[in-house]
Amino acid sequence: MKIMLVDDSRTIRNIQKNVLKQLGYEDIVEAEDGVIALTKFAETSPDLCLVDWNMPKMDGITLIRKIRETNKTVPLIMCTTESEKTRVLEAIKASVNNYIVKPFTVESLGEKINQTLSKAGASA
Amino acid sequence: MDVRLINPIISSICNTLETMCATKVTIGKPRLIGTNDGSTDVSGVIEFSGDAAGSLVLHFTFDVASAIASKFAGCEITTEHEDFSDAIGELANMVAGAAKSQFEGLNVSKSLPNVVVGKDHNVSCSKGEKRVFIPCDTDSGSFLVEVGMEILRASESKQTVGAVGA
Repeated sequence: MKIMLVDDSRTIRNIQKNVLKQLGYEDIVEAEDGVIALTKFAETSPDLCLVDWNMPKMDGITLIRKIRETNKTVPLIMCTTESEKTRVLEAIKASVNNYIVKPFTVESLGEKINQTLSKAGASA
Repeated sequence: MDVRLINPIISSICNTLETMCATKVTIGKPRLIGTNDGSTDVSGVIEFSGDAAGSLVLHFTFDVASAIASKFAGCEITTEHEDFSDAIGELANMVAGAAKSQFEGLNVSKSLPNVVVGKDHNVSCSKGEKRVFIPCDTDSGSFLVEVGMEILRASESKQTVGAVGA
């Protein structure tokens, strides 16, 4: 199981990485913006992506739309400070599988990741 | 300053620090003065635009910034650590994001965070709006939140959701 973390904050990626390691996921790919993420996505074919919304170069919603042009099934989780309904609806329209609002607890992050992977596994 | 801006910011300071740093914040009496009269070594800055515009600045001393960044990151983050500025910036970003979602009837965008580090520096604001200084006390020490925002226009009411499974 390979998981890609896309966030311009290394601190957030480290927090997410620690949660994933606690959950038993060790194979982690990191990207600090949407442009790098798109390249790494093509190179590494991750099984799940956690994507921040506001990033330099290419934002998360654009990244998600680009990924969905070629891959309709990989589970994508938006993890962002953007919690307005219009933003969430925009993300759903772009076909994200789950949505995590920052600030988040370690428990809620783990729960959302497990939930998303379970759903993806059930529908595979 | 409009309570539609200040109250969400106070609420988001408490919620963000409690959720991400396991730190309880005691809010002091907000004050309206011309400048930050405390010692500022580290500032996390977010700009807002849209129906309300201005800035939100988290001011810390080096010691408090390091202690809070360490709690946030879950490991020791000294002021020399390569992730020090990143942690302070992301903390400011979370406070601003959580507040923004509670600005009722206002459609507001926020910038990416900027962090200023330097002993006893000043952060100058481009606009002449009134500044509110919110004293915050924690078991890691005290810090100050400076808010300089004004409502430019009211938009249609908006709704906020905590999280959605899609």
